[in-house]
Formats: sequence, structure tokens, C-alpha cells
Amino acid sequence: MADALRLYALLIWTWIRAAAQFPVSMVLLGLASAAVAALDMVGIMLLFAHTPRIAGFTAPEVLFLYGTSAMSFVVADVLLGGTERLGEHVRQGTLDTMLVRPVSPLIQIATEDFSPRRMAKLLPPVVVLAFVLPRLPADWTAGRVVMVPVMLVSGTVIFAALWVLTASVQFVVIDVHAATKSVTYGGAFLTQYPMSLYARDFVRGMTFTIPLAFVNWQPALYVLDRPDPLGLPAALRFAAPAVAVALCAVAALAWRAGLRHYRSTGS
Amino acid sequence: MSVYPWVAAYAFRRHATYWLGAVAEAVTNTMFGFVRAWIVLALWGARPALGGYDAADAVTFCFLTQALIGPVQVFGGLELTQRIRSGDVAIDLHRPVDLQGWWLADDLGRAGAALLLRGALPTLAGALAFDLRLPGPAGWAAFAVAVVLAVVTGFGLRYLVALAMFWLHDDRGLQAVALVASMFFSGMLLPLVAFPGWLGTLAQALPWAALIQVPADVLLGRYQGAELAAAYGFQALWAVVLLGAGRALTAAARRRLVIHGG
Repeated sequence: MADALRLYALLIWTWIRAAAQFPVSMVLLGLASAAVAALDMVGIMLLFAHTPRIAGFTAPEVLFLYGTSAMSFVVADVLLGGTERLGEHVRQGTLDTMLVRPVSPLIQIATEDFSPRRMAKLLPPVVVLAFVLPRLPADWTAGRVVMVPVMLVSGTVIFAALWVLTASVQFVVIDVHAATKSVTYGGAFLTQYPMSLYARDFVRGMTFTIPLAFVNWQPALYVLDRPDPLGLPAALRFAAPAVAVALCAVAALAWRAGLRHYRSTGS
Repeated sequence: MSVYPWVAAYAFRRHATYWLGAVAEAVTNTMFGFVRAWIVLALWGARPALGGYDAADAVTFCFLTQALIGPVQVFGGLELTQRIRSGDVAIDLHRPVDLQGWWLADDLGRAGAALLLRGALPTLAGALAFDLRLPGPAGWAAFAVAVVLAVVTGFGLRYLVALAMFWLHDDRGLQAVALVASMFFSGMLLPLVAFPGWLGTLAQALPWAALIQVPADVLLGRYQGAELAAAYGFQALWAVVLLGAGRALTAAARRRLVIHGG
């Protein structure tokens, strides 16, 4: 494990040095990436320019959801988002090259073409969280204070597991890659808003099938002391770390199964 | 027969070949359409008649946005960029056809395939799940004209960004800036009619309004007679301005390009 982390850090550092050869481009790209990431926040502000509450939630509460969701997603994207390009590696045959190297292919794919600009996307959620956390109408007991970092970490792990899980699908069918974006990018988007906006069956699906509700919605209900619109048991509000660990196990199994089934294109 | 229809036909065929990938994109577009529809329903629930839309208009707009992402390429990109980077553009310039015309024809073919493969699913799914405001045959015909103008305007914008590659060594920064502008000003976040104050006025005057907002308003039947002509005129004006700028830039790029043998 320590060895894997060391290799991961080494490969990332190599790619950062490569990107730094074009400093102007790197800075511009970073700023532009931060702006793209901020667009979702602008969308939320535009909503609240017209109404003080959306589905019973105020602007600071929705921005809290945005901040936690975006931060978890960006960290997961920086660490493992590169796995999304597995299909390209399979198609071009470059996965074969990775398999003969003495480093885990997961680490190689995740670090491939790593760009520091992806980290610039952290800027909007960090600024939003710093602004909004002191303004939340929450009763800050010790439990609620601890819940914020816990939900950020478990949210990150859930998104990371979803990256690996959706990438594993590309071992079997390459063409459906775009559809799995509805889980990763779609999941990042839909967790920015209170789930009370959505149809009840959809929220049930997001709780029990694809556990996106545990990224921030269930923990946030606890932090904000809100009733669950679906009337689900209160214990679920504390289930995020367990869900994250379980999802990681599923993702690891899927990745290994995919790798075992992989047959080179032969070209 | 001119070569351009053939270019468009082959582009259509090439893009229609990878239909499974395009349909997979449509699945994601549909999913985003649902989430956005629920969000605007909450907003219009709090503010009925915001921007002159009712809830059905706003939900229709959401699905239409998702249906048009592929055809008008909101997220940007033109194959020409890679060809300039790799030097393959030299082959394009050797052809006895106009560079801009060739790629416009190619893009129209691509847009046709994208409209079929990526436009139908979000619209159908949205119509099944929500109360959409869809017009009769005359409305669809008016919409079709607006979509063609939207694709041409979108091409005009993307062609300018692609040509910048002649001057830049790394175009990704510019692509990202273009992406921000396109996502914000095309109405992807919210219908432009719901942008507050001067921002709304500005957004509705910029070329990105011609990509989604104008076709959507045509489909929703908000323009009749002379107003419809004015809406087409707005799109056509931007298309002409952008294509004109593209011509000037092409001429400048031709003078700049040095082809090394090899």
C-alpha cells in the first residue's frame, strides 16, 4: 500500500513537471477550469436571485450542499478521474503497455496526463464552504462539527469508488462510456441540490441503488437538523462512512474482474 | 454536383456509424434533463410566470437544451483543431475547395446525425415524464429552420476558436474560456429569460443566445409572423458576422502557415 502511494505520488509529480513546461498555458487552464467549476455555483445564485427558498432550503443551505458535493467530487476526480479514459487505452492498445510495467495499471491510468489545473477546480468549493459554514443556521454541537469533515471524506471515497466502478464497465463495453457519465458527472451535479427537489422514487434509487444520497444529502440532514422527506430512519444519516467502504469493496471487485476478463485488441 | 453535399453526407454517415456511443451520450443528457427539470419546477413553483415562461415552458426548455447539446456542440470542439496541431490541415488547404466551406459542410452532416441520435431520446423521455409544451407540424417546421441557423452560428463560433490554433501552441486554455462563455450564455444553467436585469439583456444579445434560447423560443411558439422573422434575422446576423470573421482569419492563417516538407 505504501509502495503504491509512493508510486502514485511520483507519477503525479512527473506529470506536473511536464505541465509546468508551459506555465502560461497551465495558469490559464487552471483559471478556466476554476471558472467552469464555479458555473454550477453561479446557477445556484441565479436561482436565489428570484426566490429566497427552493424546496424549503435557503441559499446558505444549498451552497453548503454545493460546497460539500463539489469538494468531494473534485478531490475524487483529481485522484482517480483519469480512469474515465480506460476505454481509450483499451481501444488504442496502450493498456497492454501498462500491463507489462511493474506498476498497478490502476495507478498508471489514474496518473496519466495528470494536470495541476484539475486542482484549480477546488477553488470555488473551498471559497464557498469558507463563506457559508459560519453562516449556516445550524446548532453546532460536537457531533455536527465532526460530521462536516466526515461527510467530505466519505463523499470523496464514494465518488472515487464510482470512478473506478464506471471505468470497470469499459472493460466490458467501451461504447457506453458516455452513459456512465450520468453517474459521475450527473452525480456531482444532482448532489449540489437538496434531494427534496426530486421525485421520491428517484431519491429512493439514489439512496439504495447508486448511493449518491450519502455523498452529502443524508449527512447534511443531520448537520442542518432537517426531517427526511422520505421518512427514512435517522440512522442512515450516519451511514455514509460504511456506505463508502462497501462501495469501495464493490469497485475493487469490479476492477479486478474487469482486468481478469480483459483480452487485448491484439493490434 | 458540388462537393459540399458529399462532404456533409459522408460526415453524417461517419457520425451515425458510432450510434451506440451517441445514444449513450443521449442517456446522460436525458438524466441531466430530468434533474434540471425538477430544479426549474421548484423555481417556477416559487415564481410562476418568471421571464414570461410558465412551468411547462421552463421544463420543455430544459429537455430542449439537453437535446441540442450534441447538434450545436455547446461543449465546443471541432476536429479541425487537431488537424491544425498535427499539420494535417496542410492537406485540407491543398484541396481545391474552401477550408471554411468544407468544415461547415462537415459540421452540418455531424449535426444532422447528432440531432437524430442525441436529440430524440431526451425529448421523448421528457414528453413521457412531464407535461411538455410541444407544437404542431408548423411549429416543428419553424423550429427546424431555427436549429439549422443555430448549428451554423455555433459552427461560426467554434471555427474561430479552432483557427486560433494557428497562433497558439496549446489551445486548451482558449477552449476552456470558450466553454465557460458557451455554457453560461447559451442558457444551459437557466433559460436566458430568467437571467436577472442587465445580465439577461446582455445574454440575449450575444451569439450564444442563437444556439439554444432562440430555437427554444421558436419551438415554444413565442414568436409569430414578423417576430419570427426577426428571431431568424438575429441568428442569421450573428452567423454572417461570425462566418465573415472566420473568412478573414482563414486568409490571415494561410499567410502564416509554413508547411515543411517531410
